[in-house]
Amino acid sequence: MFDIKNYTEAYTLPEALEALRADEDAIVVCGGTDVLIRMREGKDAGKSLVSVRNIPELQGVRRLKNGDIEIGAAQTFRRLTADPVIRKYIPMLGEAVDTVGGPQTRAAGTIGGNICNGATSADSAATLLTLNAQVILAGEGGTRAVPIGEFYTGPGSTVRERTEVCTGFRIKRSDYDGFAGHYTKYGKRSAMEIATLGCAVRVKLSADKASFKEVRLAYAVAAPTPVRCPKAEAVLKNRRIDDDAAAQQFALTALTEVNPRSSWRASREFRMQLIRELALRTLKEAVEKARV
Amino acid sequence: MLKVIRMKVNGSLKELAVDERESLLNTLRTRLGLTSVKMGCEVGECGACTVLVDGEAVDSCIYLTVWADGKSVLTVEGLKKNTGELSRIQQIFVDEAAVQCGFCTPGLIMSAVEIVGEKKSYTRDELRRKISGHLCRCTGYENILNAMERVVKEVSDKEIPV
Amino acid sequence: MGAVGKSVKRVDAVAKVTGQAQYTADLEPRDILHGKVVHSTIANGIVKRIDISKAMQVPGVVKILTCLDRDLPQYLFPTAGHPWSVETAHQDICDRLILNRRVRFYGDDIAAVIAENEVAAAQAARLIEVEYRQFKPIVTVEAAMKKGATPLHKEVRPDNVIVHSHMTMGGADFRYEQARRTAAKEYGSEELTEISGTYETPRISHCHIELATSFAYVDQNGKITVTTSTQIPHIVRKCVAMSLGLPEGKVRIIKPYIGGGFGNKQDVLYEPLNALMSLSVGGRAVRLEISREETIVSTRTRHAMTGHLRALVKKDGTLLARSAEIYANNGAYASHGHAVCANAGAVFKDLYADRMGVEEDCYTVYTSSPTAGAMRAYGIPQSVWFAECLTDDIARAIGMDPCEFRLKNCMKEGFRDPGNGITFHSYGLKKCIEAGRKAIDWDRKKKEYDRPQTGPVRRGIGMAIFCYKTGVYPISLEAASARMVLNQDGSMQLFMGATEIGQGADTVFTQMAAETTGISFDKIYIGTVQDTDTAPLDFGAYASRQTYVSGMAVKACAEQFKQKILDYAAYMLEHASTDMARTVYAEEIASARRTAVRSLKLGKTEKITPAMLDIRESRIVLKKNGRQLFDLAVLGDTSFYSLDREQHITAEVTHHCKQNTFSSGATFAEVEVDLALSRVKVTRIINVHDSGRLINPQLAEAQVHGGVAMSLGYGLSEELLVDEKTGRTLNGNLLDFKIPTAMDVPEIEVKFIELEDPTGPYGNKSLGEPPAITPAPAIRNAILNATGVAMTKAPMTPQRLFEAFQSAGLV
Repeated sequence: MFDIKNYTEAYTLPEALEALRADEDAIVVCGGTDVLIRMREGKDAGKSLVSVRNIPELQGVRRLKNGDIEIGAAQTFRRLTADPVIRKYIPMLGEAVDTVGGPQTRAAGTIGGNICNGATSADSAATLLTLNAQVILAGEGGTRAVPIGEFYTGPGSTVRERTEVCTGFRIKRSDYDGFAGHYTKYGKRSAMEIATLGCAVRVKLSADKASFKEVRLAYAVAAPTPVRCPKAEAVLKNRRIDDDAAAQQFALTALTEVNPRSSWRASREFRMQLIRELALRTLKEAVEKARV
Repeated sequence: MLKVIRMKVNGSLKELAVDERESLLNTLRTRLGLTSVKMGCEVGECGACTVLVDGEAVDSCIYLTVWADGKSVLTVEGLKKNTGELSRIQQIFVDEAAVQCGFCTPGLIMSAVEIVGEKKSYTRDELRRKISGHLCRCTGYENILNAMERVVKEVSDKEIPV
Repeated sequence: MGAVGKSVKRVDAVAKVTGQAQYTADLEPRDILHGKVVHSTIANGIVKRIDISKAMQVPGVVKILTCLDRDLPQYLFPTAGHPWSVETAHQDICDRLILNRRVRFYGDDIAAVIAENEVAAAQAARLIEVEYRQFKPIVTVEAAMKKGATPLHKEVRPDNVIVHSHMTMGGADFRYEQARRTAAKEYGSEELTEISGTYETPRISHCHIELATSFAYVDQNGKITVTTSTQIPHIVRKCVAMSLGLPEGKVRIIKPYIGGGFGNKQDVLYEPLNALMSLSVGGRAVRLEISREETIVSTRTRHAMTGHLRALVKKDGTLLARSAEIYANNGAYASHGHAVCANAGAVFKDLYADRMGVEEDCYTVYTSSPTAGAMRAYGIPQSVWFAECLTDDIARAIGMDPCEFRLKNCMKEGFRDPGNGITFHSYGLKKCIEAGRKAIDWDRKKKEYDRPQTGPVRRGIGMAIFCYKTGVYPISLEAASARMVLNQDGSMQLFMGATEIGQGADTVFTQMAAETTGISFDKIYIGTVQDTDTAPLDFGAYASRQTYVSGMAVKACAEQFKQKILDYAAYMLEHASTDMARTVYAEEIASARRTAVRSLKLGKTEKITPAMLDIRESRIVLKKNGRQLFDLAVLGDTSFYSLDREQHITAEVTHHCKQNTFSSGATFAEVEVDLALSRVKVTRIINVHDSGRLINPQLAEAQVHGGVAMSLGYGLSEELLVDEKTGRTLNGNLLDFKIPTAMDVPEIEVKFIELEDPTGPYGNKSLGEPPAITPAPAIRNAILNATGVAMTKAPMTPQRLFEAFQSAGLV
């Protein structure tokens, strides 16, 4: 039994926003895989919960007429991976969230929660960064769209106000169309793991598939927040895909854009090694996929 | 605060007043006496409390009971037939010596029910991934995988009921 | 005939796959109070003040006990799962109270809340305010042994050293230094190579999936009764009685199915506190479910050990002498401590036949960190890590194949430990080495991997060997009991004091009982719950002892039981025309008698004696030719209800075992090492065991699987980290403490060399713990083969490999 002060099941967005406004101790819960654990640990014990599980706006994945894709925040990892739109247009995102925890966690945990808890280790974050995703936040004053690159403000903190509900994510067509990508999660175990490091690479190749038109690179756990590496990306622009020296330069440049910390989980030095090595390997995987 | 919910548990409809603070694990064990659902960590790390909610395996320790309102829940107690005969999965777990201390067993069997229900064939490595949400300290997973492999094969080959 | 040696299905498997098997928490009465332990948030100090006033105001709180309570029982008690001793020299160290004012680790038990529900208990626990007088945490052995270090147990061990044992091989006065000088004179120093190094093993957590959980109440006889997840109910009774100052008869312990123990539950954990909590609320039922985090930090762990080793070897590969200085970090309380490190030392010296000798100094030291106790293989995973890392390092230094080196120098057939007399009665060690060598294609692969390798992924092959005792005689008392009762239908109730903890004990005891009595396996019903009010005496599941020691009790009891049945059968046949003639079985027995007389060609005056009879598949038969006479059900019914000679056929035996033997084995592992990612993939792992005759091959193999997986985690990923500054455990949960998932374990291959052990009741010897010993060092040696990097510290995590590869210039 959890130490919950009040529990509200919101069926509409206004209901959720009202419940959050009315109770200063109220926090949003969706899949529960983070919030309930924090509550049990005592960190959020005694808080009130506002469940957004049943709000229609937060469900599903939609591809809009203009080709943009909207992902509901309450989409569980497992449904996201199985979703036909995701499989067809952004399989990398489905693969990335398929590395979270284990099957049961993926059945319950949601992409909205994964991003909103602010962890640098979120398995969806690096991929969403390479997709230039926008985080849609609904609040009392209406809705705002925050580029994911501006969403994180520090370890465990984001621009989302307590009284705001993340309804989902928007990905522009131009940010996924023509790209292929790969996410590598490096952990000490092969499952039930929080990334020691996560690396996402998306590439768009030239028509002859011989060179890079565009490359995007982002990391989890390489800095206090998930981080994108624009300088490294620039290195590969218009370079040939078999240009090993360029790839090496790409990986080395990434090192200048990250800032991992030493902790008992891994040293900064080891993380730097992983950052470099995973850039190379993930790039290779992404190219493989792009060439198919 | 108590809330009245209706959920199907092992095939029969239950109307229950539950505390909104209860986990499904609490409710199944203490209100319904379904003690096959084991508690091993309370944070979704060990998988011992796995049950199926609308056919999907979830850790019942981090799943509020109120979320199961209107849903169907299956635990190991719901598998044995009224004749006393074990389900195929249960029987194969017995035959393959996939059981040692038995504490992770009910949860693993529930994941097996979900996997087998997909009626697809899987490689051994795919099965490893599919049961990776369960920690077992006794078996090294070897015989559990043998059992899973056998049951998945049987069911996908012959359309045997789960 | 005979159930022993067959892969019969577990007797508890159906109960376990249906959820019917009841574990401690499944048995709680409905009207029960919830307990919650309050732990210290400092590692070393004294509780000065505890303010419970806010906590008491939480609705639902019934009672709060604290370490400052005046009426708290002040009886120091031991917790080790050893039989108590009536000899002072053999008694375990009594060094703790139920709640401790003197805080000795971060997570020590200082108070306990009893409340109507778990939320209230947790809320109250958070509201308790504690003021401490703090001392500097002394987390490491070095810090604890430093001159002037704060004594953690001033009265018991003022210098923090629990025990220092000096052990030798090659005579009591053997000294390594002297051997060095002698060897140099005898062989010339150019003929000698000396290897030295420091090797380390981590503190780890058992991670049984069922938590340490119990509930307690006062029963109808006024006994404080604790139902608990334990491996050792009879020992728990003794220690609960000691902790509360109660006579043993006033304490009752009930052990139902348990969800794994691996040695953690071979210790008295929270039973004394739980008992006290119930007593403090008038005997009402109180549950004490220790959370996963508490189970990891505040129950027991495996000792982290450091070994400073030296070895002297001749260039031809003759091992001359070794020395070891081993330090075991025992944490805050003695628990098993003194015994574990000594056991480690014993196997280090036994495993090889050093021509000159071995000298060892083993220190077990109190530190202000989580308490170390028993864990699967009791010190041997540590000392075999030492011995087997060292062995490969020696072989490498002299350029000898490590497998050949082991065959040349490993312990020999007929080995007898000069210290304790334990003898290797059935020797299969070399056969195990040879079998594994062949199975993994050692000679070819070694040659292949020994060639210089380039590229990001390197391959290697490695091995390690072990020996292991069977039970604890003569170091400690060994006794076990069995009780057999005949039912009307000829079936048997079997009661054991030994405990099923997942290893399959109930199944193999049933097989043994079937084997010796002749009663069919499926007609023997074993009681799985040990209630100290009714269960016969046995000290429990540990030391891989039960198939051996408790097996002896089963065998002795079964022989008596069978004799009683045969006596009764002879009586029935002899009274076929008198007593039996008045019964419903008159014809059947008369016919059986005619069959016997004819078949044995008995004269008119010759009697049918018990010696002529036997039992097979639950039927009375003629011993000579197996001819069937009548069913045991006829005998059972008659013996229960006969108006002429009623006899309830039962037998009970307590066997005092004064024997021991070694088992042995080897692991062979093959790995791929990804240098840049500093990751090891075990591509093949084979365990070969010399465990005597197998009682149940399928379960034996399953036991090996689990042990291998456990050692794999030990070697590669498991390590409980304690912050040196604060003493706080950093990764005390299942997310951060990395036990392997199904995706982390390779296919596990198992082989047995089955040799009948003359001392084993059924030719068997230890198996439960041994599989968890050698995989870790075998993997280490494979990494050495693959990369040339000699890792010294387990676990070989990516971080640690990265650092080592970096120093070696590989990344």
